[in-house]
Amino acid sequence: MMEKEMLLSIKDIKKWFPVDDKLIGKPTSFVKAVDGVSFDVHKGEVLGLVGESGCGKTTISRSILGLTEPTSGSILFEGKELMGMKKRELRKMRSELQIVFQDPYSSLSPRMRIADTISEPMEIQKKGNRRTRRQRVEELLEIVGLEKSFADRYPHEFSGGQRQRIGIARVLAADPKFMICDEPVSALDVSVRSQILNLLLELKQGFGLTMLFISHDLSVVEYICDRIIVMYLGKVMEIAKRDDLYRNPSHPYTQALLSAIPIPDPTLKKERILLEGDTPSPVDPPAGCRFCTRCAKAQEICRTTAPELKEIEDGHTVACHLA
Amino acid sequence: METLNNSSAIMLLRKCFRNKSVVVGAVILFIMILIAIFAPALAPHDPYLTDGTMALKGPMEGYPLGTDELGRCVLSRMVYGARITIPYSLLSLAVAVVIGVPIGLISGFYKHLDNPLMRFMDILMAFPGMLLAIAIVATLGQGLGNVTIAVGLGSMPAYARLIRGLVLSLKEMPYIEASIAAGGSDPRILIKHILPNCVPTIVVYSMLEMAWIIMSISTLSFLGIGATPPIPEWGALISAGKDYISSSPHISGFPVIFIFVTVTGFNLLGDGLRDVLDPRM
Repeated sequence: MMEKEMLLSIKDIKKWFPVDDKLIGKPTSFVKAVDGVSFDVHKGEVLGLVGESGCGKTTISRSILGLTEPTSGSILFEGKELMGMKKRELRKMRSELQIVFQDPYSSLSPRMRIADTISEPMEIQKKGNRRTRRQRVEELLEIVGLEKSFADRYPHEFSGGQRQRIGIARVLAADPKFMICDEPVSALDVSVRSQILNLLLELKQGFGLTMLFISHDLSVVEYICDRIIVMYLGKVMEIAKRDDLYRNPSHPYTQALLSAIPIPDPTLKKERILLEGDTPSPVDPPAGCRFCTRCAKAQEICRTTAPELKEIEDGHTVACHLA
Repeated sequence: METLNNSSAIMLLRKCFRNKSVVVGAVILFIMILIAIFAPALAPHDPYLTDGTMALKGPMEGYPLGTDELGRCVLSRMVYGARITIPYSLLSLAVAVVIGVPIGLISGFYKHLDNPLMRFMDILMAFPGMLLAIAIVATLGQGLGNVTIAVGLGSMPAYARLIRGLVLSLKEMPYIEASIAAGGSDPRILIKHILPNCVPTIVVYSMLEMAWIIMSISTLSFLGIGATPPIPEWGALISAGKDYISSSPHISGFPVIFIFVTVTGFNLLGDGLRDVLDPRM
């Protein structure tokens, strides 16, 4: 296999939020939102990050963007360490990493014209003058499939799908190398979803963008991603290329997730793996494997020892004793 | 959220006209401002002219609201009083906004400054506003100017708290985070993104706060530590009339009505604007 160029490399990221924030003394219990996650993002790929709510997907994306500071770990972007970087340096780096938010309604400032919102990243980077920025805004609007004339309107005049396109135009204005899509379609109507997904795919091909695509919807992830990371309760369960993951899901959690994707064929009888119980509290996660409390195949070893990620085929790693 | 910019300004104005509180409040305040501006034309007499022979007369021809203990025309003094009370109240409000809003912005935005600043505001808020104002006047010395500063400082902590809370919720908004992610500097984010979203709240709160400020300035004048005689500040007018309240209630009574109407005007406007500026309405 050809060695792929690394764009972003995350090593052993931990983010613990203190639960009992005392005035004096150190907090004693933490929500372990992300508890030792490592993965690499290759140049030009779309990496999917899936998992249920509260498993730490968004915390990871916010850590990469520098919106929250991880408790420990390392984030290398093009070989440069982002953690502990000085504020001024970090600000210069920031335009390279951009994000499309989940909620298209709160991601655009209600008091700014579309043109001002889109041109803000260029203004911050001091790119061009007023006129060239304006031209670029109109170009970008056309690229994301909107009319030029929308530039002078305000966000409240637009639908969710249109707003998401505007959000994407703003990302492109920053001319980033890496783009995080944090559930970009989960707040949209099903009818608009595929349009936005196709737009993202076009951009990936047209601009060679590298993306981290966060979602809880495996059918969406299958459509757009090259590689997929499955997370559960702050830990990585499985990393695999898309086809490998769907062909040979090796972690019991991944198997359960995949069995939950509906198939549009009523005659097809499908065996569903139903998970019992709730996700354990991330304040006090189970010892051993995080998933052992809900895993049908759990053995004694699963309850005592946390499994390490091991490679079962090329580029396919699983954190399970039984795999 | 409703916007305060050109395209939707017309819509906002239309909404204002449809709101009865806004219209009534605005009309009252407009009349008060007109009275202040055209005081020399409206007042039938010189507000400072004393006339011993005319003392303590009730309403009569030539003196529509009667005369005070020195024979000065009550109407004239009240009309000229609008020129004192309204501008000084606005000045006081400006003191509160100019100091309170930046403190709120900074303590909401910078987590490490939040505690020290807010604890200091707590200390100020622990005193009742009036007592704080009296304490400040006691330090700065008597006079209308100092009272204005004192009342402004008295209502400043409330602004700081209000804006801090707003900033805390605003800075979590994705569009603010998008600006941070794009590399926006802190001043840029505070001034271009957060402050504009605080403006409606500041406007509404200021209208309601104006009522408190007018009453405070008048109260301090009533207590004799604000406007000094013969300045016809409304509170001072009430104070001057209190000795004759049983025999000549009109001397205190009419300024009370004036204060009441003005305060009501600000309250109505504030209440109405709150509805108009609320995006859910």
